[in-house]
Amino acid sequence: MVKEIERYGLPIVHMATITTISQSVGANRIVPTVAIPHPVGNPSLPHEEEMDLRRKLVKKALDALQTEVSEPTQFE
Amino acid sequence: MAEKYKVLYYVNQFFGQIGGEDKAGIEPMYKEETVGPALGFNGLISEEGEVIGTIICGDNYFNENKEEAMKFILDIVKKTNPDIVVTGPAFNAGRYGMACGEIAKAIVEQLNIPAVTGMYVENPGVDVCKGQVIIASTSDSAAGMRKALPVMANIVKKIVKGEELGLPEEEGYIPQGKRLTVFSDKRGSQRAVEMLLARLNDEPFETELPMPVFDKVNPAEAIKDLSKATIALVTSGGIVPKGNPDRIQSASAQKWGKYDVSEKDALGADYCTIHGGYDPVYANELPDRVAPLDMLKQYEKDGVIGKVYEYFYTTTGTGTSVGNAMKFGKEIGKELKEAGVDGVILTST
Repeated sequence: MVKEIERYGLPIVHMATITTISQSVGANRIVPTVAIPHPVGNPSLPHEEEMDLRRKLVKKALDALQTEVSEPTQFE
Repeated sequence: MAEKYKVLYYVNQFFGQIGGEDKAGIEPMYKEETVGPALGFNGLISEEGEVIGTIICGDNYFNENKEEAMKFILDIVKKTNPDIVVTGPAFNAGRYGMACGEIAKAIVEQLNIPAVTGMYVENPGVDVCKGQVIIASTSDSAAGMRKALPVMANIVKKIVKGEELGLPEEEGYIPQGKRLTVFSDKRGSQRAVEMLLARLNDEPFETELPMPVFDKVNPAEAIKDLSKATIALVTSGGIVPKGNPDRIQSASAQKWGKYDVSEKDALGADYCTIHGGYDPVYANELPDRVAPLDMLKQYEKDGVIGKVYEYFYTTTGTGTSVGNAMKFGKEIGKELKEAGVDGVILTST
């Protein structure tokens, strides 16, 4: 899906936990996430800290969309 | 009677009979018995070989704690010193396939012990290990277990006895992309002309050198001014409005859905997951843990991004064929492009 959407010239960032799959399917902008059942959350954290974690992850994804890349790139 | 060859087996929590998605986080363990497919496999090789034990590990645990899991598994392999290791078959299960592939590859490369696995050809685990490991070609679901095990057993027998494996289509494994010298009774020019004639006459022919398919999409240009950009949110995590109005499948999705989120601050209590490939507890508590609409809306409010696109797009990524995933991507991408969306965030579980 990532690749087909990008084919339209739309920058797309893939937020995924198993980044090796993300790479093998050909995503160009990748943000590694927390865990498979809750990629952008962490239920073991107190509410405020979890919100902060998600805020940062989404910011990272937005930053990735503003970054020129020439090959598959992981934004740590 | 000669001593039997020793097979060590690897399965996930499901085939290891520990449990389903709620047990996918379980740490690796070793049992000196034949569990799940290891039992059936043992029956197929029992004349000359035996399965000495089964390693079981949760799919999420393996993929999220690869170093620790791999260390445990390689230690067991070293201790038990098998003649060959069998992982899976994983069919079209992505996380299980990645585990089967990476474990088999590590055993071959680091311990110099042969390994065999089984997968559906579209499993992402295939690309991980096909150069180093023989992967029996299986169907896409566990319904193919009875067909898969004899193929794997046959390959294992040949490898431990040092017999040469036949061609992929003869033995039932996924081609490794290796070239093999074979003798032919006709010279190359004659074979080439015959193929050309067959092609011109619309007759079937088989190329002797299939070209590898490289399908890369060039990275799209970055967004210049985020504060004026429209960002769309897409997920393969199966997040849908409660009641699943479009009846999107919980596995092997045949369709996607889009939902108006222009009036919402978060997905929140109106949404849930119908994805059949992960433990739904955390996503059902708060679906924004899978598709972070709450934070995107916050950034919209703060002026960091221009706008969150009014529709949220969703489908289920588990067991979904590559063909369907491509189709969904094309359809969704077309809509987003036409709507003037500037960038996309796609989350996967």
